Amino acid sequence: MAPAASILASDEQGELVLRAEGEWLVASARELDRRLNDLDLPQGRQVTMDLGGVGRLDSTGALLLLRTEQVLAGRGNHVEFANLPAHFAPLLEQVRTRGLAEPLPHPVPSHHTFIGFVARIGNVTLDLLGRLKDILAFTGLVTETAAKLLVRPSRLRGVATLVQMEQVGLNALPIVGLLSFLIGVVMAYQGADQLRRFGAEIYTVNLLGVSILRELGVLLSAIIIAGRSGSAFTAQIGTMQVNEEIDAMRTLGLDPVEVLVLPRLFGLAITLPLIVFYADLMGLLGGALMSWIVLDINIPTFISQLHGAISEGTLWVGVVKAPFFAAIIALIGCYEGLNVTRSAESVGKLTTQSVVESIFFVIVTDAAFSIIFSVLKV
Amino acid sequence: MASDSDFVIRVRDLINAFGTQVIHDRVDLDVKRGEVIGIVGGSGTGKSVMLRTVVGLNAPVSGNIEVLGRDVLHLTADQRHDLETHWGVLFQDGALFSSLTVAQNIEVPLREDLKLPERLMAEIAACKIGMVGLPPDAGDKFPAQLSGGMRKRAGLARALALDPEILFLDEPTAGLDPIAAAAFDQLIKDLQASLGLTVFLVTHDLDSLFAICDRVAVLVDKKIKVGTLDEHLRDDHPWIHSYFHGPRGRAAHPAENARAR
Repeated sequence: MAPAASILASDEQGELVLRAEGEWLVASARELDRRLNDLDLPQGRQVTMDLGGVGRLDSTGALLLLRTEQVLAGRGNHVEFANLPAHFAPLLEQVRTRGLAEPLPHPVPSHHTFIGFVARIGNVTLDLLGRLKDILAFTGLVTETAAKLLVRPSRLRGVATLVQMEQVGLNALPIVGLLSFLIGVVMAYQGADQLRRFGAEIYTVNLLGVSILRELGVLLSAIIIAGRSGSAFTAQIGTMQVNEEIDAMRTLGLDPVEVLVLPRLFGLAITLPLIVFYADLMGLLGGALMSWIVLDINIPTFISQLHGAISEGTLWVGVVKAPFFAAIIALIGCYEGLNVTRSAESVGKLTTQSVVESIFFVIVTDAAFSIIFSVLKV
Repeated sequence: MASDSDFVIRVRDLINAFGTQVIHDRVDLDVKRGEVIGIVGGSGTGKSVMLRTVVGLNAPVSGNIEVLGRDVLHLTADQRHDLETHWGVLFQDGALFSSLTVAQNIEVPLREDLKLPERLMAEIAACKIGMVGLPPDAGDKFPAQLSGGMRKRAGLARALALDPEILFLDEPTAGLDPIAAAAFDQLIKDLQASLGLTVFLVTHDLDSLFAICDRVAVLVDKKIKVGTLDEHLRDDHPWIHSYFHGPRGRAAHPAENARAR
């Protein structure tokens, strides 16, 4: 409930008297603002603002009074305050000297105009290209640092690399395994459903073997790892950036690429192929189980049919992509982490960006591999 | 003897502990209407915890806290909301909402409760921005574009948006250069005088204490000792003595004497 406050206008002996009464507080500002705007303001007259009835006044109330005075004066009136309670004087003075600023008009955001819209598309495109160039430059920097390690292998951070292998590899096994298993189940079920119409249920095994080994195992693993570890890389390095830890490292003569990026890159490049192999196995296991339940293809039959469908090459076509995907995820994750500015907000923003970018590039690269393999007739 | 209504904050038998570590052990504190009280103490003595407990951000182990005659620890959500419009809190680094501009930050409390017209909110925001000594164009800037000192001023402007009766300040001058810190002290003093605020000031800054505090509460030995500066200067408790009579205390004190003349 808003406290009672009012402003009354009356004509007295040729001058206009505005009587302010009640509690001129921020809580009654809505009502007062409306009444003040409704006032019929004169021009070129003598106006007295009588504040004798004001019980309480805060800075918003003072602002409203002074704003009214300003508007009146702007219309050529001669304005005076009367009966101002003495204890309100400092507040009025404070607001008058420091707080009477016309709010600046908000600039219309440029993207609300057509030209602004086109310019924004251009800017976003340039920004994307710039980032692509930066990522390439970063890849170059990391490659250079890695090449130096070839000369002096003792500088490789073995323990850090092992820790990364544990975190990104070993700890990811349960989730990767479960999801691959479930995808195998789904594939077998859907495949069987379609192939049964041709009486070709047994080819479900071929479908499973080829699609999981060539594509699904590696793609699924890469996407899970991008979401799980790529984001972690960005968040970890980004938080260090916020804390100025990266700068501290530089001043201590440590190279952040060598200390932070390479262990993550190597750790992931070593473990992702292993994760992919594991995901392949779990996917086939899920498929085999489902084939047994739905199609009555028992495990020995499944294995012998699988032998006919795939060769060792099928496995390698999938696994060979893993180190490339690992490099993409690690490089983008670390690059975005090092890009964090000193605000907590940018950690969140860049973490999201890092996951989106790495999944995007993983899939683009996968498409490129498909083309290369079809040209090579693998 | 002052009557009960003269105290805007009354803390009784407050016990705060984290795990087995007791921070406050049966602490009493009274804050009078219209005074500036400074809370000081060594690192880890629970100055900020005290502030957070009084405004209800930290639940104490036991004790009684009254703010403006209302029991902070046993409020319904509505009562609590109502009480919150009567105080403003300035956190250490301003705690501005980083996705909003300074003007929008100041408008948040206005928008939440009062449903004021946009134009009036913009005027009030501009008024507060002027009162805390920020340039008019600061209103359209985001917190990340401001310096530390400007962020604190903007945080103060937001704390003042609803014209509170009590202002809680958590280390307002920490991290400011001496000139900015002195200007901030003066600003608080001016605002306190003109708006009739009660100020609950947690600080490490001896200059602030001497410049603006009416009384000082010192947290020592899990207890609190309240008194005027002169009383603390005469206190022979080892920590209090070395705090006020150490090299920095001695440096700040004559400065205050010079300023007073």
